[in-house]
Parts: sequence; C-alpha cells; structure tokens
Amino acid sequence: MEQRFDIAVIGGGVVGLAILRRFAIAGLKCVLLERGSDILSGASKGNSALLHTGFDAPPKSLELRCMKAGYAEYLRIRQKLNLPLIESSAIVVAWNEAELAALPGIVEKAHKNGVKDVRAISQTELRLKEPKLANTALGGVFVPGEHIIDAWSAPLAYAHQALAHGAVILRNAEVTDGDFARDAWTLASKQGKITASIVVNAAGNFGDLVELMARLSPFTISPRKGQFVVFDKPAFKLLRAIILPVPTARTKGVVIFRTAFGNLAIGPTAEDQDEREIATCDQDTLSWLRFRAIALVPALANIDISATYAGLRPASEHMDYVIEAVKEKNWITVGGIRSTGLTASLGIADYVSQLYDKNFGRLPKKSSEQFWTPVPNLSEGRIRPYMKGGEIVCHCEHVTRGEIDAAFEGPLPAGDMGGLKRRTRAMMGRCQGFYCSAHITEITKGRFDGKP
Amino acid sequence: MESHDVVIVGGGPTGLSAARRLADLGIRDVVVIEREALAGGIPRHCGHLGFGWQSHRRLWTGPRFAAELRKSAKGLDVRTAATVLELLKDGQLRIQTPSGLGEMTAKHILIATGTRETPCSARLVGGSRPHGVMNTGALQQHVYLHHSKPFARPVIVGSELVSFSALLTCRHLGIRPVAMLEENPHISAPRPGDLIARFIFGVPVRTSTKLIAIEGRKNVEAVEIERRGKRERIICDGVIFTGLFRPETALIPTGLPSAKFSSAGNVRGPLKTSGECWQQGVLAAEDIAKRLA
Repeated sequence: MEQRFDIAVIGGGVVGLAILRRFAIAGLKCVLLERGSDILSGASKGNSALLHTGFDAPPKSLELRCMKAGYAEYLRIRQKLNLPLIESSAIVVAWNEAELAALPGIVEKAHKNGVKDVRAISQTELRLKEPKLANTALGGVFVPGEHIIDAWSAPLAYAHQALAHGAVILRNAEVTDGDFARDAWTLASKQGKITASIVVNAAGNFGDLVELMARLSPFTISPRKGQFVVFDKPAFKLLRAIILPVPTARTKGVVIFRTAFGNLAIGPTAEDQDEREIATCDQDTLSWLRFRAIALVPALANIDISATYAGLRPASEHMDYVIEAVKEKNWITVGGIRSTGLTASLGIADYVSQLYDKNFGRLPKKSSEQFWTPVPNLSEGRIRPYMKGGEIVCHCEHVTRGEIDAAFEGPLPAGDMGGLKRRTRAMMGRCQGFYCSAHITEITKGRFDGKP
Repeated sequence: MESHDVVIVGGGPTGLSAARRLADLGIRDVVVIEREALAGGIPRHCGHLGFGWQSHRRLWTGPRFAAELRKSAKGLDVRTAATVLELLKDGQLRIQTPSGLGEMTAKHILIATGTRETPCSARLVGGSRPHGVMNTGALQQHVYLHHSKPFARPVIVGSELVSFSALLTCRHLGIRPVAMLEENPHISAPRPGDLIARFIFGVPVRTSTKLIAIEGRKNVEAVEIERRGKRERIICDGVIFTGLFRPETALIPTGLPSAKFSSAGNVRGPLKTSGECWQQGVLAAEDIAKRLA
C-alpha cells in the first residue's frame, strides 16, 4: 500500500475499532491492522457484553472516566447504528453478614463515582425484584443504569462507520516490524508495508509486545482468562437484573446476566495465564460455574447448557488503563484495557483523540457530513430478519439464509467461521450445529477466502 | 386466522405416520409443519441400512425410508420450510414461513419434534474450540447430504448404537476414526459391538475412558483422555460426539401447555428407533381421533 496514512491503529478489537471510527469521522486518513482473519478475534470475542455505569470502578481513574464517557456516547449513537440496549439494572447481592456489612461502602463509592441513583435495597425489596433468586440472599445494592448490549454488533458498527468515512481495515495483517524515521512509521505487516504518521497501539493481549517497537513497554500483559457457561433460552425469564457478587480486591467475581440473544449466562472466572491467544475451558471449572449458577438461581437446575466459552482480558500489573502519547515517537499507547473495554471503548477513543490534539496537532474540524451505518439487529426483543420471512437456516437462533448471505457482502465480509457466527448468531444455540452446521458449511464454502 | 382440526409439529417418522393414520381414519383437515426444506426427519441423513423393518417389513437406508415416508404422505398437507415459534395455551401457534409470520389454530396439536444428540458444550468438555467437533447428526449431513469430508482421523465419543452409525458414516467417505471412547467399563451398544468395531472397522474401543479436553488452535489437533486416573493424548483431527439423545423440547420447555396438545415419538424420550416412532405416530393419531370424535 503506497499511500501514507495519518493514523495506523494496531488491533481490531472493540478498542481499536472505536479509535479508528473516531479518527476517521474526524477526517484523518486511517488504517487498521488486525492479525486475525477477522475483526474481534482476540479479547473482544469473549466477554460478558455488559454496559457498565462505572459505579464500582476505581474512583478518579482513567478507566472510570473512559467508562462514563463511553457509556454516554453509546446511548447517544446506538439508535443511529441500530444497536440494542436491554435495560436490565444490576444488583450487588450479599449472601452473608460480612458481605452485607460491605454494602454501604459500595453505595458510597458509587456516589463518589457520580452514579447517584445507586442505592441499598432490603431483603424484601430484593425478593420482590428477583423472586427466582435463592432466598438466602440477605440484601443488595441496586444499580439501575447497568445494561446488556451485544458485544459484537457494536464494534462491527464502529468498523462500518469508520469504513464509510474512508478508513481501511486490513485483516490477516499481523504487524511484524516497525521503523520510525523522518517523522513517519513504516510498519511491516503480512499484508505489506504501511506508512503512517502516528501509530496507535491497541493490540490487546499483545499490547506490550507491540509497544516494544516504540519503547520499553510501561506495562506487561498477563492475560486473564474468564470462562463462561450459557444456559438455554428458558433461563432468560428467570432474572431481570444482572446479579453481581460483592467484589474482592482481585476481581469483580462471577456474574449472572441475561444476554442480548435471549439466554442467561454465568461467568467470568479470573485465571491468569501466559498464553495470549487460546483460552481453554476446563471441565471442573465449567461444572463449578454451573453449580454456582444453580445455587444462586435454583430453577436453573432444570435448564440445559447451550454453550460454554472462555475469553482473555488484557490485564496488566497496573490498576488502571495505560493510555498515553509518546510524542517524540509519534506513538499512542492504549494498553491494559481489562474487563471494561466494551463499555469504555468510545470513551477511550475520545480520550485518545484529545491526546492527539495535545501532542500531534489539532484534529481537522469534524466533517459536516456524518455517515451512519446501521448494522443488522441480532438481539431478541427487537425486529429480526426471520420475522419478515425468508428461509431459516439455523433453527435454534432463527438465522435466515439472507442473513448468512448478507454477512459476506459489504466492505467487511466475514473473514472466518467465527466472524460469521459473530455477525449472525448462526450455530450458537442449543444444538451447536447438530441441525445446520453441514448446511452452513456448504453455503459458505469458498466464501471466506475473499478480500483480506 | 387459519384453522384446522389437527396440526402436527414435526415431519419426521412420528409426524408423517400420524398424519397418514389420521387421514385413513377420516380426519383430513390435518397440517404437518416441518422446518426443514424436506420432510422425513433424522432418517434423511442416515445413509446406511437399518430402516423400514418395523413399518414396512423392508430393509432400507435412512434416505430411502424418508422418501417412503414422504410418499405415504402424498396428498396430505405437509408444509416444509415452516417453523413453529411458539405455542399458546388455547391451541394457537405462531409460525414463521418464507413469507413472514403467521398464526394458526387447531382443535388438537401433536408435538413430534424428535430428538438430538448432546453437543460438546452441554457435556462441559474442556479445552479449546477448534473446527472439526460435531455430533453424528451433523457428520451424517456432511457426508450423505453434502458429500464433504470434515476430517480424516477423528475420535468417536460414546458407544451407543448411533456411535456405530457414526462409524458407518465415516467409512462411507474413507474417514478412519482413531478410537472410540466410552466412559463406562462396557460399551452401551449390545455386546459384540466392540468386536465389530475392532475387527470389522479396525477401530479400537477404549472403555473406562473419559474425554477431558480438546486441543487445537484452528482445527482439532488432539484430545486429552483419562483412563483409571492416568491422562494421555490421542492425536486426531476431529471429534464426533455421539448419542446422549435429548428430546427437542424447545417449544415445550415446561411441558405441554394444555390438554389441546399431546406429544409422540422421540420428543417424549427415551430414544426410540424410527420404526418405533412410526408406530407411536399411529397410536397418537388413533388417540387424537378418539378425542376429536
């Protein structure tokens, strides 16, 4: 690619895509390089898909600031991009006296974080709100603003909007080397050489390695694995709120939450590992998660498991995000975006654009014309394509042939089977492909080898 | 709203046999709703012999049996590519067809949605999620309906009758399973099965062996197994999860909505052969005829 870009973003996860969107809308010439065969191949592929208020984030942290900004912007733009919001609320539930004693501190912290509608609720109110929750719950903290979103449609929409504003997204484009000379970066990638004035490192679980191109990394990634168990659709009706435990110093703990696709899930665990790419499940942990879910919501004992998965969050040794500009190197670091990246991504993008302004010159004035690129809706409770007809291919998730075909059209066609699943939900239901996987393999044959 | 005497949900052996029997008993206003493009149910993709004996005293392959089922339903109102989305108490159904959503009502509704194998996820298997992991049902569709070979050297998990169907299916395209794994000390299928597997198919059966995890980045590379407390790896490029059939109860998660509904065939569990399902369909039809009389 001969042309010179203003910005090269490394990493096609939700954070990288939100940053790409921000700069592309501002009118800069942007390119994004993703090592996987599709976007969202790393940390962004497996998370809990929650939109957080930041009520429990470290006070005054950059993480909190980005979460709050990201939360607000998501609500502002979601309709224009056809993104869902399942208004659910969350309840931090105390299961013993010690946890009950910790609740006032949680409310206080929430108020300090500017989330003013958070309040303690009694056992009676808790039972009224969540009658299916085990009756051993003693009380809770009610957080009205916590919601459920679709973790894949949002970044896909950001990608499409960036493309509509002229950005370039390269997949199968692992950056293997970088050279900074005469005020520009030359990045060697598997898709050829890329020249750009500024590089943004949003490489997630590989962030500290990518950082070495510019300097000794100020952070070290220790991928934190989270395993999840997803219950079949009848479980969706059992809860309304996201049920959170009282957090410990190390982790927010295991959460039970409804999903945008009409299921109920439990997770994530928090297990540190060295492996940066593969997140494996293990039988003992999955069984433990299932039993934990049943202990909290007894009716789950009669409901099948439809899926299990594991994700890796790019945790670092720092308690906060590491987002900074290295002015003399034309470099912006966006590292250690641990479990809150989905919520914070739009806020991170805004913060990064401010760093750009401060260090590398004013952004061009926002182009007067903004293009909106609504994505197909995947979430339950809103209109989905099968309701208008068409041949249903995946019966468990009601995915139509038309949706499969559409996933291969446009400027960012599905790059692999995982990408197709994230664009359509196909094969992600209770039968896990018993009925449809052979048919879908047939109709997708040869269609993944398209453009990079 | 469209209204009928009987609606049958599911066009497999049970549903088609019930429709045929109802018509023979003089109840002609019957609709069968089948979500696949072709009726016939699971036998459509069981490409080997073993079908038709109980119903027709013939020995057919699954697809042939399915074709006979369709033939016997000729002239009946079988609607394919139509999906029942929801059942309502009073005998109403919400239905999706290629032209959109609709509703239907019936005096009686028979649920004959069949059964499917337990997938990898619901067995809580550990490891990664590479390509090449599937149930027998999906394998059969790959091999018999789409003539594609998803792997060359898989392991087979389970030793029920359907596990031997998986073996036969593999052989059809020259796929050579490396082992058949069974958690229990004995195979689940009748006894000479293990000898048949070993000596006719050349596939060793490993009993008291539990699958712990699947390994592989893109495609399956190996499985980790445990036998008598000892762990071991088997190199393979696919995993076929066979059996552990569970009724397809997505439409009736908490049971039948009211007395206007009944169920028959494999959705009632435990697993029955297609011939037994055919017979159950006949009985269900006779029961419905009595109720409507």
